[in-house]
Amino acid sequence: MSGGEEARIWRLLGAVPDPEIPVVSILDLGIVRYVRREADGRLHVGITPTYLACPATEAIRIAVRDTLDQAGYADAALEAVLSPPWSSDWVTEAGQRKLAAFGIAPPSPQPVCCPRCGSGATERVSEFGSTPCKAHYRCSACLEPFDAFKCI
Amino acid sequence: MNAAVTPPRRHPAGLTAALFRYVLRLGDTSLVLGQRLGEWVGHAPALEEDLGLANLALDLIGQARLFLTYAGELEGRGRDEDALAYGRDAPQFANLALAEQPNGDFGSTIVRQVLLDAWQLEIYEGLASSTDTRLAAIAAKALKETRYHYRFSSGWLVRLGDGTDESHRRAQQGLESLWRFTGELFAADEVEAEISAAGIAPRLESQGQRWSARIDEVLDEATLARPAHQPYAWHGKRGVHTEHLGHLLTEMQHVSRSYPGARW
Repeated sequence: MSGGEEARIWRLLGAVPDPEIPVVSILDLGIVRYVRREADGRLHVGITPTYLACPATEAIRIAVRDTLDQAGYADAALEAVLSPPWSSDWVTEAGQRKLAAFGIAPPSPQPVCCPRCGSGATERVSEFGSTPCKAHYRCSACLEPFDAFKCI
Repeated sequence: MNAAVTPPRRHPAGLTAALFRYVLRLGDTSLVLGQRLGEWVGHAPALEEDLGLANLALDLIGQARLFLTYAGELEGRGRDEDALAYGRDAPQFANLALAEQPNGDFGSTIVRQVLLDAWQLEIYEGLASSTDTRLAAIAAKALKETRYHYRFSSGWLVRLGDGTDESHRRAQQGLESLWRFTGELFAADEVEAEISAAGIAPRLESQGQRWSARIDEVLDEATLARPAHQPYAWHGKRGVHTEHLGHLLTEMQHVSRSYPGARW
């Protein structure tokens, strides 16, 4: 596969949004593991799930399939890659910025900062939030509740 | 999506049969426990716990899908995850009997969850470096999720046990009634013996010692007493179940049995 073709496919995939947090793309989340042409002549795209049962996984597969079909890669093979397991460390810097701007604290091993007022005085309400990838926090300074991306 | 990046290692036929039963046990335990936790949706003591239990249920069903898909491939009779989940009766289910026990109160649910989360921690840690690359990949992924499941369940056990007289009493009561089902968690039968002899999983007995130490530690912190009575060997993994599983399956399989072949 030529470098230009590969770059084009990565660009196409970069336009596929996460269905639950549409401000980030699947590339921002770090879930596309490879794009390559293999010995069978077909394009192979590896995607890893963030969480095993994340309902977005199926929607992402359909969106990637659509994108590749429309770009003329109807015979591309989509592969589910489990190993190594996805880590929140794979969220790109751009992804982290977009999450914060959207009001979701990006994954961080440090104390979570409020995405609205920036205060570090926050408390975790629950390790479980509205989607498998998020926990539920509250800011002690501005008192707003917010979601934080879990570290995994 | 096509599964597996690395082609599964080929096992000799006898081992494949044992591996099918082994993987089915893992999948059924996750499925049945996930279904049980799902019963809490809309009923948990607080919204946060409702979401927490539902999240655990979802993760467990995600594990079950991968294990059952793999089991179906090992069996080689064309059964997929749905055929295995919705098309079998209780005696064909191979889950640990502990997983099928009714939710009871929140205290009982938490006790059951601590015992099984700690079991999964041992099992998945052992399998994460398995020579069976497919199992290793599923286990490594599931392990990350099981770690926060255990944080949730053990945190609640400590809060309940070391809480009020009432919460302590209920947690201890749950422990007394569920303890008898822990006997089969680390008692290897011929299936597990064959799997560990083939180097696919560590020996169950050695993992049982670590489980026991972990449980002692959390019970101690929760000021709960380890039940004095010995657990008896229940054989859910051999298809001998308590009556509760039948009721659970009746509900879980209702739609697919009433409308065979129905599609969205």
